[in-house]
Amino acid sequence: MFYRQAGIHHTTYRGDRQLFPIPFDRWQLAVLLALALAAPMLLSSLYMKSYVLPWLIWTAAALGLNLILGWAGQFHFGYAAIMGIGAYTAVHATRNGIPFEIAIVLAGAVATLIGCAFAITALRVRGLYLALSTLALQFVMDWVINKVPAVSGGTQATIQAPPLRLLGIKVASDAGLYYVVLVWCVLVTIFMLNLRRTGLGRALVAVREKDFAAAVIGVNSFYYKLVAFAMSYFIGGISGAILIFTFYHAVTPEQFAVNVSIQVLAMVIVGGLGSVIGCYFGVAFILLLPGIVANLIFAGAQALDLKIGIELLAHIPSFLYGILIIGFLLFEPMGLAKIYTNMRNYLIFWPFGYARK
Amino acid sequence: MDLSLFLELAINGALSGLMYSLVALGIVLIYKSSSVPNLAQGALAMLGAFVTLAVFEALKAPMWVALPVAMVLMFLIGMGIERVALRRLAGRPLVMILMMTLALDIFLRAAALVVWGGTNRVLPLPISSDPLFLGDVLINRSYVAGGVTALLLFGFFVLFFRTRMGIVLRAISDDYTASWSVGISVERGVALSWAMSAAVATLAGALWGSIQGVDQSLSQLLLMGVAVAVLGGLDSIGGAIVAGLLLGMFQGVASGYLDRLVGGGSRELVVAATLVLTILIRPHGLFGREDIQRI
Repeated sequence: MFYRQAGIHHTTYRGDRQLFPIPFDRWQLAVLLALALAAPMLLSSLYMKSYVLPWLIWTAAALGLNLILGWAGQFHFGYAAIMGIGAYTAVHATRNGIPFEIAIVLAGAVATLIGCAFAITALRVRGLYLALSTLALQFVMDWVINKVPAVSGGTQATIQAPPLRLLGIKVASDAGLYYVVLVWCVLVTIFMLNLRRTGLGRALVAVREKDFAAAVIGVNSFYYKLVAFAMSYFIGGISGAILIFTFYHAVTPEQFAVNVSIQVLAMVIVGGLGSVIGCYFGVAFILLLPGIVANLIFAGAQALDLKIGIELLAHIPSFLYGILIIGFLLFEPMGLAKIYTNMRNYLIFWPFGYARK
Repeated sequence: MDLSLFLELAINGALSGLMYSLVALGIVLIYKSSSVPNLAQGALAMLGAFVTLAVFEALKAPMWVALPVAMVLMFLIGMGIERVALRRLAGRPLVMILMMTLALDIFLRAAALVVWGGTNRVLPLPISSDPLFLGDVLINRSYVAGGVTALLLFGFFVLFFRTRMGIVLRAISDDYTASWSVGISVERGVALSWAMSAAVATLAGALWGSIQGVDQSLSQLLLMGVAVAVLGGLDSIGGAIVAGLLLGMFQGVASGYLDRLVGGGSRELVVAATLVLTILIRPHGLFGREDIQRI
């Protein structure tokens, strides 16, 4: 009904190839963007700070990982290490007086350089072995960050991030930080949405489907894999830096440990491989749902006057997190994006379902 | 360089390496039959240790009774995991399968936390903690027990893969479809390999648990297990043993000397470096079949 397709006939290639062929999508997006801009006025500052802000940053990071995993079809089990490189670079750079705008680009560049130096060697192998070697990258990075005092500031150290300054103006309010994150997330989203419409995106998809076949039609699979890794590392490095500057405000090695890598991976897979909107859903699910359900269980237990131990309650979120991933892999392996697409396809024809081909 | 210190590091390292082989054996068993790289093996070992402890406390039986009972229980649990979680994923992309084993790892760790809590518990294996003297070299008795167990298991599996059931498993690992077409129940074979691997994980968990106590950190045995399994070749049982010996010895000696230079914790670095180098130089490992990977 809302997604009215009647009367939409594209008569040019350009019209057919546009990002949102159905006008309703454009309106929907404009409304969502307006809501996003108005969010600091609509939601309480607690919600903004503890739910919306991390949701957007992790979405940007998950989109970066999805570029490798969903578009280029390569494995990466050490994405948190890349985010960590970006975060530490940006924090050290700003502490040494480099402005924030340059520091985050530097964060992306350093993450790309270190990551690609590794990827050039690791991309000689494929499949499981690539997964394991990226996992090893994570452990090596953990070790370097932990053990080299010049990076981490000593063992078990926390480095305070300087306050965020944009063009010399100090951004300290919750709304200001939120807009920084929103701009980054929207930029990454626009990039990812348009990527699949370019030759580069199509080459990546060709490599994902079968790299021999891609080589036969003249797509240099090693080169495109490397490009995918580089782009994704750039996004990951900047996301890591922004995560520190807007959300954590201080950087410690545990923020980028191996379980974080697995968490980003879970976000991408629960959301749906190769789907942009899926990343938004997946991050919300993985990040927010376990906590919300644990709160519900707690409230339910109080209402029914059951005794639940503090320790038990503390472990319920990670328990649910495991069950959530297992459940999705078993029952909806295409992720939340597939559920969304099904609903959308249904609504496009509703209430004239018989008109479907 | 002090020779007796070197020998001590090397021998204890080799024996502890054999104990890592116990974890690697489980990974190899599953990979051999179903090409599933089981990243939940560390969590299985942890669960095995917890189950052993639970049986020990529930039955109030001596350890040599409790351990086999726990192994039987874990045998069933392993079968159950394969039936519920992995069978539906057959034929799906590798990333789904890897994610499933990682999710199992998260789930099992959280479940153990919910059921048994997070405190470190003592698992009293009847092994004396006095060191064994060999000349002027001190050897940890627990490591000796672990090494002997690993070698016994190796012998058991060498014999097992010559029995009828073992030949069935080898056929499955050779070719899924061909095994189906000659009437082998591939599902049962894969379930059996998961069950055996869970039972082996129980042994590994109990032995490591008696050394470092039983808690969630036991699941970190995974990294060592994976490194050993890859170094030995993911489908080679003998490889897991040899690689365990080598890596353990190398790790023991290297960390013994390196720790003083970099202030501790060089073990993980050695393991990760070995993993990366193996994958880059010889992805099929020391004894793996060459056709398993590489373009």
